[in-house]
Amino acid sequence: MGTGPLLLLATLEGTVMAAVLALAAVGLSLSFGVMRVVNVAHGEFFMLGAVLAWAVAQAVPSAPLGFVAALVICPVLVGALAYAIDAGLLRRLKHDPEATIVATIGLSYILQQGALSLFGPDARPVEAPFTLRLQLPWFGYSGYKLFVVVAAALVLLAVWWVMTRSRAGLVMRATQIDRATARAFGINVDRVYAGTFALGAGLAAVAAVLIVPIQQAHYLMGHDPLLLSFIVVIIGGLGSIRGTLIAALVIGLADGILSMLYPPTLAKIFATLAVALVLVFRPQGLFGARP
Amino acid sequence: MAAVTLLEARGLTRSFGGLRAVDHVDFTLNSGEIHALIGPNGAGKTTFVSLLSGRLQPDAGQIRFDGADVTRLPAHARVAQGIAYTFQITSIYAGLTVADNLALAVQRHPTRDLAGETARAAARVGLGDHLGQVAGLLSYGHQRLLEIGMGLALRPRLLILDEPTQGLANKEIEGFTALIRSLLPETTVLLIEHNMDVVMALADRITVLNFGKVLASGAPAEIRANRAVQDAYLGGHHAAD
Amino acid sequence: MTRVLVLHLAVLAGLAALGAVLPAYHHGMMARILMLAVYAIGYNIAFGYTGLLSLGHAMFLGAGMMAAGLWVQQGGSAAAALGLGALAGLGAATLTGVLALRTAGVSFMIVTLMFAQAFYLTLLYFGAITGGDEGFPLPAAGRQLMGLDLSQDGPRYAVALAIFAVALLVQLALVRSRFGRTLVAMRENEERSRMLGYNPFTTKLAALAISGLFSGVAGAGYGLLFGYVGASFATIQYSILPMLYVLLGGAGTTLGPLLGAVLMFYLIDTASSLTELSLAVIGAALLFLVLFAPKGILGTLRDRGIRWLP
Repeated sequence: MGTGPLLLLATLEGTVMAAVLALAAVGLSLSFGVMRVVNVAHGEFFMLGAVLAWAVAQAVPSAPLGFVAALVICPVLVGALAYAIDAGLLRRLKHDPEATIVATIGLSYILQQGALSLFGPDARPVEAPFTLRLQLPWFGYSGYKLFVVVAAALVLLAVWWVMTRSRAGLVMRATQIDRATARAFGINVDRVYAGTFALGAGLAAVAAVLIVPIQQAHYLMGHDPLLLSFIVVIIGGLGSIRGTLIAALVIGLADGILSMLYPPTLAKIFATLAVALVLVFRPQGLFGARP
Repeated sequence: MAAVTLLEARGLTRSFGGLRAVDHVDFTLNSGEIHALIGPNGAGKTTFVSLLSGRLQPDAGQIRFDGADVTRLPAHARVAQGIAYTFQITSIYAGLTVADNLALAVQRHPTRDLAGETARAAARVGLGDHLGQVAGLLSYGHQRLLEIGMGLALRPRLLILDEPTQGLANKEIEGFTALIRSLLPETTVLLIEHNMDVVMALADRITVLNFGKVLASGAPAEIRANRAVQDAYLGGHHAAD
Repeated sequence: MTRVLVLHLAVLAGLAALGAVLPAYHHGMMARILMLAVYAIGYNIAFGYTGLLSLGHAMFLGAGMMAAGLWVQQGGSAAAALGLGALAGLGAATLTGVLALRTAGVSFMIVTLMFAQAFYLTLLYFGAITGGDEGFPLPAAGRQLMGLDLSQDGPRYAVALAIFAVALLVQLALVRSRFGRTLVAMRENEERSRMLGYNPFTTKLAALAISGLFSGVAGAGYGLLFGYVGASFATIQYSILPMLYVLLGGAGTTLGPLLGAVLMFYLIDTASSLTELSLAVIGAALLFLVLFAPKGILGTLRDRGIRWLP
């Protein structure tokens, strides 16, 4: 393959990566933006979405039907779990930022253990709903991967619409800006928090269901998405949805292209250091809307 | 005896958003005096002393302390040079004992007898019997006294007090004025105060701030007679005097 | 002071007596725990006393361990390896602190986590030297300390106890010193401390550096005592463990790190021998402590009346 086609392939792979990453990262960004908490268990919500997708696909005999069922059921289940966790656990901690981090670290261990005990240590494949292959002049490319990009874009559009145009979004933004005033105006802040946490977790689960026909479901698969989501959210500016989307695109593409050119470990070292330095020297992020 | 300048501010300015909280203030503090800073709420008094103590950085202007330019010096370094600040809203170590609170100030100077000096620092503000108590459990008045005691224990050359008598009982205020007088002439005192009785009893000189600017500065009698001050601040009081 | 000193010496005497009576399995376990307790003491100085909640201490542990391991592998002596480990931990913590202490709170947690992760990945990247996750065994010749063969149970326990005793007593002296009071002041009210003339940045940097030194010693000691070093000790897991020990035993108490390490280590060991539930035990313990006992065992005891507990 020549340089041009190789770059095209890398860009395609990067776009798929960026799409899934954007979903997961926007989920993390929502809970940070509205609730001011860092959810370390976010990667485990992603993992749960993937593992549950496998379980649902097992229960439904037809592959396309199983996939669709998973796409509907898993985010709802994961969202419901997240709602319960916020209401039963994080609310008791009054969403204190540091205590929440420690608690969600504990939670991530428990969720990993749960997945390991219920589904075992093996990687589980899920069949793609269709096996269309697009033949380009230089190489064939999976039609499913392009579907992932479109699906993720649609979900993100829906999130954007909810945040900017709907009443629920207005309530969430009001809570984000001033919790006390929102409460004075009769907004049930507890419910908004739990709802936001559930929405964030649900988005991670959607990302996972979409990715699971490409990667396999595994109880330790939450680590990388967590780290990458962190990177995206921090580079994008903590709590800024727009910045998160731009950062997801940049980092997804960069990751896709760089990992074809450099050893992945080296790329990860630089990415991690870069993120730490951004937080130190530019805490508002590179694409943050406001300082 | 000619007055020796301890602290001097020139053209000091600081804005928040569009609001000029402190607007080109020139200010001189003589060594060994008690200087009161008065003015209506929102006049920029706390912002002004925060600039002097280094808690805030000015947008423009210069501060000289004891002849040296300290404008860019961070707050902790100014404290080390002898500028102590006591907070308007009591800021003590609520989880530590009174003794630990005071010891943290006392130990800023080398000492062999930390416990003894700490006890003396407590006695000075009338907290001698409370050394072992957790500071957060003291009454409000005692917490104010502890705050002042920590400032004194630093043995500063300039002590900045931000509304020290707020929340003190009348008897405690009497003790406080006597205490402040006893600091002279080693310590120069800059005092933000709303209680005019305290101001008139203590101050050698008074500076009046209004809308971030110096409205007047002078001896208590001059300030009392100043028409602009009466209009802006003392309100109807002058009729009664 | 005397009452406190007697308590600490009694704990050390108890540990020495334990060394004489323990069966072989627990003998090795306790030596391990003592090294982890030294690590937790280091963590306690940063987190418990100074209020710096770091998620990156595994870097300091790993740096100390790797420095000592590579030194011994090249034929260096064990005594020098311990010193080198201390220096590596100190250096890594100072470097981290210079950057990370420009942030606070949640940002500080994430920055330290990211630095530690980058360090871990670097160890993997240079796997040819560091042995990567599998690590490498230390040559027997390098595991001789003052005539003691560290591969033998008795000497190993003795050396572990000696290192722990020094760490415990240094910690005690530190937190009861004027500097120790300054650290606590930084934790309790940073702005007030600043206005008493303390430089918050340098004070916290010093605390983190000392904390890193203890962690480096623990890493080097662990490697020498058990004849093995590996990058797996630099994973996030090893940043969480000392936090867990300290939270359980009591943050900001001198004996909390030891108590937490002993209880947690045996809890995880028991759980993972019964079922494969070690992950869940760690998770559940963290949740329980954060929710119901944020002050830990000794912190709660101190609040409930044993006020003199340091």
